[in-house]
Amino acid sequence: MSATLTLTKEKEILQVKDLQQYFPIKGGVFGRTVNHVKAVDGVNFTIYEGETVSIVGESGCGKSTTGRAILRLDEPTGGEVIFQGTNLLSKSKREMRSIRKDLQVIFQDPFASLNPRRSIGQTLEEAMGILNVVPKANRRRRAIELLEQVGLKEEHIDRYPHEFSGGQRQRIGIARALAVEPKLIICDEAVSALDVSVQAQVLNLLKKLQKEYGLTYLFISHDLGVVRHISDRIIVMYLGKVVEIAEKKSLFDNPRHPYTQALLSAIPEPNRKKKKERIILKGDVPSPIDPPSGCRFHTRCPLATDLCRQSDPELKSLGEGHQAACHYAEAIS
Amino acid sequence: MGTEHKETILEVKNLKTHFFSGKKVIKAVDGVDFDVKRGETLGIVGESGSGKSITSLSIMRLIAEPPGKIVDGEINFKGKNLLSETEEGMRQMRGNKISMIFQEPMTSLNPVYSVGEQIAEAFRIHQKLPKKEAWQRAVEMLRLVGIPSPEKRAKQEPHELSGGMRQRVMIAMALACKPELLIADEPTTALDVTIQAQILDLLKNLQEQLGTAVIMITHDMGVVSETCDRVAVMYCGKIVEHTDVDSLFENPKHPYTQGLLRSIPAVDRDVEELEAIPGTVPSPDNLPKGCSFAPRCPFATDLCRTEEPDLLIDNDDKVRCWMYSERWNGPAAKEVAADVSHANAN
Repeated sequence: MSATLTLTKEKEILQVKDLQQYFPIKGGVFGRTVNHVKAVDGVNFTIYEGETVSIVGESGCGKSTTGRAILRLDEPTGGEVIFQGTNLLSKSKREMRSIRKDLQVIFQDPFASLNPRRSIGQTLEEAMGILNVVPKANRRRRAIELLEQVGLKEEHIDRYPHEFSGGQRQRIGIARALAVEPKLIICDEAVSALDVSVQAQVLNLLKKLQKEYGLTYLFISHDLGVVRHISDRIIVMYLGKVVEIAEKKSLFDNPRHPYTQALLSAIPEPNRKKKKERIILKGDVPSPIDPPSGCRFHTRCPLATDLCRQSDPELKSLGEGHQAACHYAEAIS
Repeated sequence: MGTEHKETILEVKNLKTHFFSGKKVIKAVDGVDFDVKRGETLGIVGESGSGKSITSLSIMRLIAEPPGKIVDGEINFKGKNLLSETEEGMRQMRGNKISMIFQEPMTSLNPVYSVGEQIAEAFRIHQKLPKKEAWQRAVEMLRLVGIPSPEKRAKQEPHELSGGMRQRVMIAMALACKPELLIADEPTTALDVTIQAQILDLLKNLQEQLGTAVIMITHDMGVVSETCDRVAVMYCGKIVEHTDVDSLFENPKHPYTQGLLRSIPAVDRDVEELEAIPGTVPSPDNLPKGCSFAPRCPFATDLCRTEEPDLLIDNDDKVRCWMYSERWNGPAAKEVAADVSHANAN
């Protein structure tokens, strides 16, 4: 695995620079903007071709908002999203449409994103038709091929979404994303709604397809087990900011940010022999409308000092691609 | 876990809860037996549609009728069969002797009353306390479940609280009358892991303080391992394996349990490919003949596909699988078990 990593690391496919997503809060009699929800506040990362990068974090950390901002499903309020060398934020809606051919998304609930009145075949053929990825005459054949590739059968092609189980629908969602032959797929909680036995099938499928098509994944999830299984590198977010980026092994074996440490220690352990020391964080995640001063984690951090309350730590490199945004990251191990 | 000498407070015998829709009969729970001892935690695990939540709603007698009906069985709570209890009698029981907490606290809390009033209601109804005293007790309960400045919080409405806080309020409400049995149906599924850790920790402490027995209904094997003493694994409305928590993880017997444990992506090791269970859970109105798990089972023989196995009992362990019976003629069960414990040890 490390061999493929060093190879693929050469070419960047996606660069997110200082990405900012503020949602206005309207108030008062004239509906003026009175404040902002700072959902994503200055996020930077790079994804290389052929790798799987995950964004993890708890609800409200901005992981899904980051995904949506990259796709421009919500218009980001600042920053740059450079995909294959072009800044997506400077493109018109029309130009974006052709770029989305290379940039696909799979959502948590495939039922909500499949048209209930179209058969699976129609849905897949429509996707191929939008940019004429596949000539009309070949579309049905390609649709059958895709279904088989995601583990469904030819006979499923004329059925409708309601005739499928949750796991099968997620396979259809994957087939549709693949129909336009994308380069990067953003998987937003793509397996979160599935039962574990089916979740494992879909994760295996995603890995298989990645090898066959040379895909790059940006995987957004709250489930650290899933993330560990699928990722090469992991980005941890807290309250709209990146707190740690590292290769999978480095992150799980040697987390350097106190939040990552608490997050990892909070996972219930199915292995009975390994009783681990649990760090129980106090309180809840603060509001992103009025985030704490200094380091955003200081209100819950067991190691917080005056420095943390006053100054916001930069994401700094700790060697071997490991980065953490903590004043004391060097001291923590 | 030292539970063997303790008094049994709940005994469920041959429980069958079926749903009737037109000509179809959906056997959501179909012959379930288990018991719960004082102070212990029994886990009921299974995937969607396994019947775990319907089992808990049946115990509370909260099955909407029609379409549902408890068609057979006994639910003995401290020697009294709840199925022959009147509706009024059940109302006395719920929230008093037996309480329940659900996955999504927002849907179980009344949005227009302060949380303090909602907790105080339990004291007023079940313990006939005057209003002022009930309120004070409610505030104490909020303090007990670790809500900061409980006097202030008690006056707030549910929407003013975060998800973790709301679940704490639900726990406060459920434990207000010191019930002997608490049914927790996916209590932490909607919560983030760091908040989940807080809530599980809280439940454990309160259980120790109050001596409450808990039925923990969950799909998360991590939660099972951290909270339960004994575990019943359900599949398609039946218990397929029932054992203590250590045996479940170290020596799972039923092929479904084995598959379930193998398909969880672990956080402490890397594998190239997960060992998924092939296929999907069969539709509850069209269950296969024989063992319900046979179509997905790697060891299934003709026997499994034609005849349904009984729950085989060996001391305190129960497993519903032909592999452990004298009539088995497929691969030896022992090898399979060893194989799984090896996979878990890695």
